[in-house]
Parts: sequence; C-alpha cells; structure tokens
Amino acid sequence: MTTHATHTSLGLDSRKMAFWAFIGSECLLFTSLISTYLVYKGKSVVGPYPHEILNIPFTSVSTFDLLMSSLMMVLALAAVQRGDMKWGKIWLFSTALLGLVFLGGQVIEFTEFVHKGLTLQTNLFGCTFFVLTGTHGAHVTVGVLWLLTLWVRALQGKLTSAHATTVEISGLYWHFVDVVWIVIFTVVYLIQ
Amino acid sequence: MNPPAASAAFAAPAAHVTHGPVGIRGWLTTTDHKRIGLLYFWTAFSFFLIGGVEALFIRAQLAQPNGHLVTAETYNQLFTMHGTTMVFLALMPLSASFFNYIVPLQIGARDVAFPRLNAFSYWVFLLGGLFLNASWLVGPLFHAGRLNVAPDGGWFGYANLTERQFSPGPNIDFWLLGLQILGISSLAAGFNFIVTILNLRAPGMRMMRVPVFTWMTLVTQFLVITAFPVITVGLVFLMFDRFFGTHFYVSQAGATPILWQHLFWLFGHPEVYILILPAMGIVSDVLPTFARKPLFGYTVVVYSGVLIGFMGWGVWSHHMFSVGLGPIADSVFSATTMLIAVPTGVKIFNWIATLWGGDIRGTTALHFAVGFIAMFIIGGLSGVTHASPPTDLQQTDTYYVVAHIHYVLFGGTIMGLFAGIYYWWPKMTGRLLSETLGKWHFWLQFVGMNVAFFPMHLIGLLGMPRRVYTYSPELGVSDLNLLSTIGAFLIALSILVFVVNLLRSRTHGQRAGNDPWGGATLEWSIPSPPPVYNFSVIPTVANRLPRWKTEHHEPMRDPPAAPPGPIHVPGGSWWPMLAAFGLPILALAPLTHTLWLAFVGAAVLLAGIYLWAFEPFEV
Amino acid sequence: MRLRLWFLTAALALSGCGGPFPQSTLHPRSDFARATDVLFTDIFWWAAAVFVVVEALLVVALIRFRHREGRPAPKPTHGHTLMEIAWTLAPAAILVFVAVPTVRTIFATAGEAPADAVKVEVIGHQWWWEFRYLDLGLTTANELHLPVGKPVRIAITSADVIHSFWIPRLGGKRDAIPGKTNYIAFRADSTGDYSGQCAEFCGASHGNMRLRVIVDSDSGFGAWAQAQLSAAATPAKGGLAQQGKTVYGRSACIGCHAIQGVSSGVIGPNLTHIASRTTIASGLFPNDSSHLASWIADAPALKPGAIMTRMKPPLTDADIAAIIAYLQTLK
Repeated sequence: MTTHATHTSLGLDSRKMAFWAFIGSECLLFTSLISTYLVYKGKSVVGPYPHEILNIPFTSVSTFDLLMSSLMMVLALAAVQRGDMKWGKIWLFSTALLGLVFLGGQVIEFTEFVHKGLTLQTNLFGCTFFVLTGTHGAHVTVGVLWLLTLWVRALQGKLTSAHATTVEISGLYWHFVDVVWIVIFTVVYLIQ
Repeated sequence: MNPPAASAAFAAPAAHVTHGPVGIRGWLTTTDHKRIGLLYFWTAFSFFLIGGVEALFIRAQLAQPNGHLVTAETYNQLFTMHGTTMVFLALMPLSASFFNYIVPLQIGARDVAFPRLNAFSYWVFLLGGLFLNASWLVGPLFHAGRLNVAPDGGWFGYANLTERQFSPGPNIDFWLLGLQILGISSLAAGFNFIVTILNLRAPGMRMMRVPVFTWMTLVTQFLVITAFPVITVGLVFLMFDRFFGTHFYVSQAGATPILWQHLFWLFGHPEVYILILPAMGIVSDVLPTFARKPLFGYTVVVYSGVLIGFMGWGVWSHHMFSVGLGPIADSVFSATTMLIAVPTGVKIFNWIATLWGGDIRGTTALHFAVGFIAMFIIGGLSGVTHASPPTDLQQTDTYYVVAHIHYVLFGGTIMGLFAGIYYWWPKMTGRLLSETLGKWHFWLQFVGMNVAFFPMHLIGLLGMPRRVYTYSPELGVSDLNLLSTIGAFLIALSILVFVVNLLRSRTHGQRAGNDPWGGATLEWSIPSPPPVYNFSVIPTVANRLPRWKTEHHEPMRDPPAAPPGPIHVPGGSWWPMLAAFGLPILALAPLTHTLWLAFVGAAVLLAGIYLWAFEPFEV
Repeated sequence: MRLRLWFLTAALALSGCGGPFPQSTLHPRSDFARATDVLFTDIFWWAAAVFVVVEALLVVALIRFRHREGRPAPKPTHGHTLMEIAWTLAPAAILVFVAVPTVRTIFATAGEAPADAVKVEVIGHQWWWEFRYLDLGLTTANELHLPVGKPVRIAITSADVIHSFWIPRLGGKRDAIPGKTNYIAFRADSTGDYSGQCAEFCGASHGNMRLRVIVDSDSGFGAWAQAQLSAAATPAKGGLAQQGKTVYGRSACIGCHAIQGVSSGVIGPNLTHIASRTTIASGLFPNDSSHLASWIADAPALKPGAIMTRMKPPLTDADIAAIIAYLQTLK
C-alpha cells in the first residue's frame, strides 16, 4: 500500500476520513440489529429464555479478553509509530490472538446454547441473538484477518512506521468492534 | 498558478501525463472518474429503457378493464421490476454518473479520493443489475417457465408475503440478494464522495462556495451511508427467514411483519430524498446559468437541503398510516411530514426568484429545469394531501399515490436528470445535443407525462387500488386508464427522440468548446471533454461564481491549455472488477442452494481485495 | 365540492351497476367517509390555491424575463432576507391550518364506537374476505351486510399475509395484518350497494380480492341475519339438488368449505347461505349458473393462484350441474 503526503481540504488523511464515515454507517447497521433485539425482547412464544441460558460470568471473561485486545492494539500502534517493529509485531499478533480467543469463546458459548435447545430457529430470542452476535463475530473475524495480514507484512519487513496510518485505521476498526461488543454485552446480557 | 505538488490531488513528480491503457482494456480497468461516469450513464440509461418497457407493458395491460395481455403472475413481476429497476438501476445510477463526472470538476480536483473504489462501485452496480434482471430469463433453470421467476413482491417487498411460505419460488431470493449487492455499490460510492467533497476541494473552495449540485451530492451520500445499512438489516432478516428458518417477520412466533415496514421505510424515506436532492442540485446549477443571475438565496437552498437530509429521518411512518400505529403516532408523523414540506417548498420560491429579473435563454436544459419545478409543485402538493392520515387512508395504496410518486420521480428527478444531461453532455463528450430535437423531446415528454399521470389522481380517488393486474369496468375508470396509457406511449416516443438526439450528437453535434453556456462554475473552465488530468493547473478559487464577473470580482483566468509540468495520472486496475465479481458469485450460493459457491465467491472477493490492497497505485 | 362532483360525473362515461363510481372516495356515504372528505376538500382547496399562485409566478417569470436583444445584464440579486422569511412562514402557516383539523379528524376516526355497535370481525385470506358477526354468532364471506344509521365497528385482521380492508364510499382503509387487529367504526347514512377491494398487495390475485357491502334498513338487516342463522336448506328428495349434495359430500369441496350440518372446512368461504349472495369468488362474478360452473370447473383459471384447484379426477359436467343445483338451494 502506498502512502504519500497530500494536502487535503480538512487536513485529515482521506483514508481516515473514509473510515470514520464507514464507522458511522456501521453504527446504523448495529443499531438496527440491537433495536430489533430490543423490540422482540420478551416476545418469544417458547423458551429457552435469556435468563435460562446466558452465562454472564463466562461472557464477562470474553468481554475482558476483547478489552485487553484493544489495549494490545493501542500498544501495537504506538510501537509502529515509533518504528519499533519488534514490538509492533508482538502486539499486532497479540491483538489478533486475543481476537481469536474471543471468537473461540463465542463458539463454545453458542455450542452450549444449541445443546440447551436454543438455535436460530427456536424462537425470537434465538434468531435476534444469533444474528446480532453472529454479525458482530463476523466483524471480529474480518478484524483478525486484517491484523494477521498486517503482522505477516511486518514479518516480511514490508510494514514500517511509514504505514502508521494504515495501522491506525485498523486500530480504529478494532476499537469500534470492541465498543459494539460492550453495547451488546450490556443490552443483551447485563440488562435482562 | 499553483504548482501541482501543492494541489489537492496527484503530486508525485517525475512521471509523464499518461492516459492509462487504451481500448477495451482501458475501459475495463479504468479508474478515471470521467470514464466511470460515462459507464454509469450508459448502463443506467439502458436499465432506464428496460424499466420503461416494463412500464409500457403495465400500461398496455391496464388500457382496458379485464385486460389479458399478460397473466397476473407476469404482471406482478412487471410492476416489481419496474419499480426496483427505476429506483436502483436507473435513477440512482444516472445521478451517480453526474456525481462521478461533474463533482470532481466542480471542486477543482483531478479525480475522486479513491479511484479504484469508484471503479469497484461501478462494477458491483453492473453485476447487481445483471443479477436482478437475469431473473427474467432463467426460469427454466429453476424448473419454471421463462418470465416466471423475476421478483414479484413489489419493489417494497412487504413481509410476510415475501416469506417462503407465501412466495416459495426463487423470485424474492433474486430480489433480496440483488438488492444487497447493489447496496454495497452505493455504500462504497457514498464513502468515496463524502471524502472527495470534504477533502479534495481546490484551494479557496470553502464549503459555502461549493456549487449546489456538489452540496446536494454530499447530503445525498450521507443519506446513503446511513439509510442503506437499515434496509440491509431488513433484507438479512428476510434472507434468514427464507433460508435458515428464522421467524423475524412471522406473527405466530411472536414477531410482526410490521418490523419489515419500519426497517424498509426508515431506509425508504431517506431514499426518496436520495432520489430527489441530486436533481434539485442540478436545477440549482442550471437555472442561474440560463437566467444569467446568481442563485437566489444560495445559503438557504444549501441549508434547506441539509435540513431535509436530517428531517427525512423523522417521517418514515407516513408510509404506514393504514397500518394502525395509533392516533398519537399518526399525529406525530403527520406533523413531521408537514414540517418537512417547508424546506422543500422554500427551494421552489428560491428557484422562481432566480428566474425573476433574469435574462432567460430557453435552452433545452432550461426547459427541463423549469419542467422540474412545474411538475414538482404538483407532486409536492399531492404529497401534502398524503401528509394528513385521514385523507391518506383514502389515497394510500391507490392510483392517487402512484400519481404522486410519478410526479415527483418522473416530473421531478427524471426531468432534473435530463436538464443535467442537456447541460453537461457537451462537457462530457465535446458535442452539443441538438436543441431542435431537444425541444421536441421536452414537449413530448412534458405532455406525455401529464397525460399519463394526471388522470391517476382521479383514478385513485374513484377507488382503483394500485398493484392490481386488472380492474372491473364497473369502477368507471376505464377511459381514464386508456388516457393514461396513451400518455405512457407518448413518453416512450419522447425518449425515442432523445435517443436519436444522443446518438446523432456523437457525429453531428456541434462542437461545444470549453464553455457553450457561459457557466459560472469550474467545470466550464476546462476543455470539453476534459483532458485526463482535468485541470492543467489546479485553480485557486476566491468566490462562489469564479467564472463570472460580478459586482465584487472579475472572472477567473481559465487554466492554461497545457500543463506547466508533468502530471501523474494513475493507471488502471483489474482488481476492483475482480473483487466485484465475488459478490454475485456469493449471492448465487443461496440462490442455487450450493454451498461451495459461497466459498468461491468469498475467495474471489478476498483475492480481489488483497491484490487491490497490495497493488502499487499512486493516487 | 358539489361543483367538482358534477363536473366529474358530466365529464366521464358512466358504466356498471352500483351506480356510477361504486368505489369512489368522492361520494361519501358514512360519517367516517364524510369526515375525511371534508378534510380532503379543505386541503385540496389550499393546495389548488398554492398551485395557481406558484405556477403563475413561474409562468410570469418565464414570459416577462425571457431573453430579448438589447436587454441589460440582470441585477445579480443574491437574496432578500425579508422575502425569504415571508415565504417560509406563509407555507408553514397554511400547514397549521391543515394540521389542526387533521389531528382532530385522526382522533375522531380512531375506530371507537358505542357498546351497542354492530360488531363484525373481518379476516382477510388470500384472496377472499371472511366476516364473523360475533354478537349474532354468524359467519359469512365476501358480502357484508350492515344496518343503515347504526354504529358499526369492524375489527380487521388476517389469516395469512397483509391485506387491506377498504370500502371507499364508507371510509378509509385499514390494513389486515396477521397477529394484529385494526378497527374502523362508522355509521352508514344511506341504504345501497357498495363495493370495496383489498388495497395491499397480497400476491397473485390481489386485484381479484373484492367485496360487496349491502347497507340495509334496520328490519332488512334483521331479516338477513335471521336467514343467515337458519339451518342449511335440505334439498327435495330425488331432485338434482339432492344429487348435488351427494356429489358435494364425496368431493374434495368438504375439505375447505363449511355448509352447516354437511361439512366443516375452514380454508375457504362458508357456503351455508351462498345462494343469498349476489356475487361469487369474492365479488368477481355474478352468482349465476354459468359463472358457478366455470368457477367450480377451474377456479385458478379465473383467479390466478386460487388454491381451489381443479379436482383430480375432474368433476364431470353433470356433477357440476348437480352441485350448482344444490348450492342454489342454500339461500
């Protein structure tokens, strides 16, 4: 990816601006999914119901894991910005790893739910929950792929402090995905 | 003036002006906004013709009561495809062709912020449109007759008719998958143009100096990136209901089909502003040029456009007055709907005041701009009758609302787009369109549309619902329907005249030169068509009407004919097109119930994206 | 209003039964329809005034300021704050004059009715209308009978997809939504026959989902209700109708249709008093032998998508004639 200094009317890097617009758009996406969850809350005709299934302690751990991954991301960006690619690689990989752990946790959690009788088709809780968290999980997956790509580029010596903006944008994405999870965790798990 | 290095665009030194690859390859790999604009134009115009033919079949069927030109099933596909095609494959992309071609020129840029993303948007649009329309032909592949599997649930696809139980065939699958593909095209373009307009303006081009067309484009793109995610979610829910057995819209599971309506109209109302604002922008640029007077109340026109963008989010349930949301909700949405009529109406007065006191030259472009105003007044007023729920309960879902939408979308958007075509075609091709043929086109279209759509007000008030494949002679609307059909064919004739004009102009059109109209804005300061780099030197702008002499300033000096030094122009790229192909392949997986196609589609998409990301591409 | 009506009637060809324009919204025949018509007239004249003024300004501008040789360059006015404020406030004021009666009418027509109103439950099906008079305990289809001058409250829902219940002369429409009940209330103010139609796209035969409304005098309505509640007629022994009842009883008809004491299907319209209806196939055809014959022989050919498919093996012409004879005894 080429980078170059260009004058812009607002003084902001165009790619960063585009990414903020993208995040704005994604906010509408998740708002629609979360709103649907809320509108259908309590309307399931059959169980299992949230209070029977959701495991707050377990999910708190995955939430913590995702929060920690955001910290790793901050450290990764700082390292790349100061040209310290040794630590840049470590932190980039750690972020992706913690993201994978989160996804692993989702897999375990969803498998448990299926065993307890909650699937996409079971009831409204099932379809709204799985589509919402599944969409979020897909976003995490894309993020993990993105971070691993950057990590591989760094291994190849092709990622340097000149690419700090690229890493910053990937960080923006990662933090956004984390913030969305906080909202989902609060709305779905904590407020029942 | 400004050395290229300090410009808002391409800055790398030591490369020569290039034109990229030539021939077919040049077009397939183009990242040049001007070429992409032309590609959008020809593709969108073709879909416009297809949508028009669908309309002619509809009108031919309705010319008489108890008509049997087409079966009920075919009719339902015809009106669904007419609506879907016109909204998503004709009107939006025709506007996009001007966003692409004209906006960078108006702001003094060399291209958009992300040229390859721009190309991606186009290819996804083309492939999405082909995907959707393939449904007309591929019936036999689904063990059905030809003309049997095109979408048939209306362009608005209300649940729960669209559930698998009530629409078992692949028709709705084509629709929901096609729309998701098209949504990605619009979203990508939305991000691109927001950044372009905010970030790539020439020095001195403050936001309040930007031409109104570019301003309206900006507002439109914000509406796109916020509204499309909502319908995407609605479509995803429908897709899950149809393919994975969920119950998002099934009342027996505790859900409600009304959720679809909320999601659809939360998108749908901003969508109508997405459809009208660009045309309003065109009219706001065309009128001053031919009245030889600045736009009256530029600030108000801009702010009212922005205000409409925001307020457009608060009116969606005026499409749902018959759903029974309750008197309080109905009253609130009635109030917000009436409120939004104010900034909309104000623009009309600004336009008339622009003409007032001017020195009006009656070019074809001006005719269409004035036609827009005249027809939009009628469409807007019928809209006000819809804003009152009790009266709307007699009008909604009848031909009265069909009249309303066609006055605003045909009399409004399409007339506005034609104004843009007659205005900017010379800039895009270097040739003027014939004024004689243009006037014939205008008058045939103007008369045709009023003959076609005005009777529909009465047809609706006399009790004919919409979306019916036939009607009883008892209703007493047979003659009016026949009249409407005649009007439709008059419109078709007018379009034929236009096509002749378009094709003739390529060889017989008078050469346009830089500025055939005496325009005030930057696009008229460069050759027609512009060189690949647009501006030999990026101008510095000091006011809103740079090319005019006003009481405050002299006209700007146009950029020199040749650039003072080498200008780097990015080459083409195959990867946006490759990535674009991933999407319809992905969509084929659920359509044909073939899982491995999803992996292929994802792989193609990913490959395209990776190759794109790592391609050396100097913007 | 009267002027407009006269002009309409004079200008257009009249046709058909039920009087001219049987589904017209401009010929209100109930308090509900009248209230919305008054409001529409009000808004219409405001709109007409705005139309005339604004279009006139446009036309005058175009004529007066068209290019003429030797004309001096126009004055470059950029705006005029006072004028802009005025033409923002004026439309806003007009809208207030529209909004106030609008809100009043919304609440006045919100479907409330006194407790002694005739209550009818309307259930939309693809593509016919089921009517249940809950207080009277009777079920019928496609033709709604109502008493003149008495309050009526209609509860509307759907058994399958979204439909919309609309009798234009008696008032505006409300959607028939599965899982929800919407209400319309009105008082019809003259006897007569009215027609209505489904007004929400509901599939292949949306255009064919019609209904008739017969507003009767009080006693007429009472007599009709009595007749509907009576037992299904028993055909004379040995006649064609008796044969028809036998054919009916051994055909697939009984799976979908109910005839009191004979069959209890709920998928299609209740046929216990089918001969009392003026039309068949949800208002599509007159209720006579030839139409009944075509309908029974091949309903989907007449009403695309109808689930009343051709029988397998098909009924013979003799069978159909017998069934028709039987049905025609079911007054």
